Amino acid sequence: MLTIKNLHASVEEGAEILKGLDLEVKAGEVHAIMGPNGSGKSTLASVLAGKDGYEVTEGSVKFADTDLLELDAEDRAKEGMFLAFQYPVEIPGVSNVNFLRTAMNEIREYRKEDKLSAKDFLAKVKEASALVELDNKLASRAVNVGFSGGEKKRNEIFQMAMLEPKLAILDETDSGLDIDALRIVSEGVNKLRSKDNAIILITHYQRLLEYIQPDFVHVLNDGKIIKTGDKNLALELEEKGYDWINEEIAQ
Amino acid sequence: MSNTYTEEDLAKNLEEQEYKYGFTSDFKSDKAPNGLNEDIIRFISAKKEEPEWLLEKRLQAYYAWKEMTEPEWAHVNYEKPDFQAISYYSAPQQTKKYESWEDVDPEMKETMKKLGISLEEQKRLTGTAVDFVVDSVSVGTSFKKKLAEMGIIFCSFSEAVENHPELVKKYMGTVVPHTDNFYAALNSAVFTDGSFCYIPKGVKCPMELSTYFRINEGGTGQFERTLVVADEGSYVSYLEGCTAPMRDENQLHAAVVELIALDDAEIKYSTVQNWYPGNKEGKGGVFNFVTKRGICEKNAKISWTQVETGSAVTWKYPSCILKGDNSIGEFYSVAVTNNFQQADTGTKMVHLGKNTSSTIISKGISAGQSQNAYRGLVQIHPGAENARNRSECDSLLLSDRSGAHTFPYIECKNNTAKIEHEATTSKIGEDQIFYCQQRGIDEEKAIGLIVNGYCKEVLNHMPMEFAVEAQKLLEISLENSVG
Repeated sequence: MLTIKNLHASVEEGAEILKGLDLEVKAGEVHAIMGPNGSGKSTLASVLAGKDGYEVTEGSVKFADTDLLELDAEDRAKEGMFLAFQYPVEIPGVSNVNFLRTAMNEIREYRKEDKLSAKDFLAKVKEASALVELDNKLASRAVNVGFSGGEKKRNEIFQMAMLEPKLAILDETDSGLDIDALRIVSEGVNKLRSKDNAIILITHYQRLLEYIQPDFVHVLNDGKIIKTGDKNLALELEEKGYDWINEEIAQ
Repeated sequence: MSNTYTEEDLAKNLEEQEYKYGFTSDFKSDKAPNGLNEDIIRFISAKKEEPEWLLEKRLQAYYAWKEMTEPEWAHVNYEKPDFQAISYYSAPQQTKKYESWEDVDPEMKETMKKLGISLEEQKRLTGTAVDFVVDSVSVGTSFKKKLAEMGIIFCSFSEAVENHPELVKKYMGTVVPHTDNFYAALNSAVFTDGSFCYIPKGVKCPMELSTYFRINEGGTGQFERTLVVADEGSYVSYLEGCTAPMRDENQLHAAVVELIALDDAEIKYSTVQNWYPGNKEGKGGVFNFVTKRGICEKNAKISWTQVETGSAVTWKYPSCILKGDNSIGEFYSVAVTNNFQQADTGTKMVHLGKNTSSTIISKGISAGQSQNAYRGLVQIHPGAENARNRSECDSLLLSDRSGAHTFPYIECKNNTAKIEHEATTSKIGEDQIFYCQQRGIDEEKAIGLIVNGYCKEVLNHMPMEFAVEAQKLLEISLENSVG
């Protein structure tokens, strides 16, 4: 589904952050990407989602038969890529449902599908908000305005449930969540897992991976994936930190 | 011969009617020569077969105007019109119409389509619909009949002068005297037509009054005059303007709007202004210098709501004089400027009576290289015990070459007053746009969405249908505006 080869990217007119990253994600898989601060985790998410301000200098990214790097950010979304933001953005005056309805209609139009009827849309809102125990009132409030940190993160997963992406990148969705919220969000994500979609979890902590079991764990350091393993790798990281990997590689 | 009245008959009838009400006076031309002097005023008045008292009013205004100079305090920059190079009168029938639907500018058609205006309506607006006239007449007449039954008068200003001179004489110029300002004086001297509305005591007007329904609408005049009188305990909601792009050859517009809300009456006045803003290089466009003011008697309420997206230069301050005790004034405004447009708009709330209250919500949006200023005055007079005002002036910048300015003036001469003022300036966030894009919404639509959200508080005060159109209009006005 996603094939990243030798990806180099830098901040516009600035330092190189991704330095030859390779990653292969297949349908049905969950990949966790861990790594110390400044290793390039969020940059990877931004570059994949098509955020301005980054320059890809080398490498390729194939996503669902498209050359991803050639697509505008909105078209990547329409092709089925979803980014759950680390810091969800507030849009005053625009209700969550109106926002999602606009998004869904745009995506459906792109895929040459009919618009969703108001009835079907609302049924879906109900179902998706129940998934992350998001208060119905929040669905009609302005996007993320006045939401608590936990509500914002839940809202991201609510949107994911609405948009049904092929590939979802969860950028530190666990940060700032208390235990209960973490459980709710994780359970929501687990219910959305299927053999047809894939998930990339970007996280600092093993804690999230207790709830969402990854098929692969990758360690990102200095812009490259330096080690890949199964979920036990995360446990090892939790115990020993990151330094031992560097030492291992140095040997 | 058949008794059925066919469309052709009606069309023919209308033509004849036009002729009948056309100008059969001795003047050869239906257009006055350029320039302004006493003779021109007399010419206009004679053309309109006006009574002597109105001619007197016009002449008074003209002499006052001659002594005045154009105001220069507004935050706008433009080449002043040459007032002697303008023709101050041309018959309404002469407003330029398209020959056929095919001749209408495709860009204009596209815009109207985007606004969701029906094809019929599009044709009417461009003046290409003969068939639609039929419809419009029937809609118009049944509407008028219903209003007449309730004693509501809603007609052109000229008709009001002819049929209800006592009302016009009593109220005209009482809120905006001809000495008020340069443009108001000019309007008072040369106005050609406009709208008149009177709601009798205790009557709640059952529908939104809009010039749309007026049969003999002669297009928006260059010097339009509107007078709305709501008698004691009555209510009216009045809509002015149109979201469709107005094809207009006139560069200078100087309208006067007067609202009179007598004891316990309420007037809601909503405007959408979408006149030609000039091209992307800042050439052309309408100069919109309008004086709008209302007076509230005891327990009365006047609410102005405006969405201003058009005109090259806008100079406009819909105001309320809160004369009666417990009266309420409201001003809700969205002003959008793009490319090289300039707007200096706001309101005046003059508190005279006790327990008067006013609310000001202004949202300015500047894109391109435009300049957008809010200018407002809150004045609490010594007798205005317990007056209250809340002002909120927000500016949103869409480009780094545009300007947003706020000039709030507060004059308070009574220490029981409570005045709150809040102002914010923000730039549309790249983060917000990216967030939308990541959900599949392209940049242009994202801006539309964000701007509409930003203006929601104001749009909520508009009648439903008008608000929907206004929303679309905001999106269209800001197309290609980021940068």
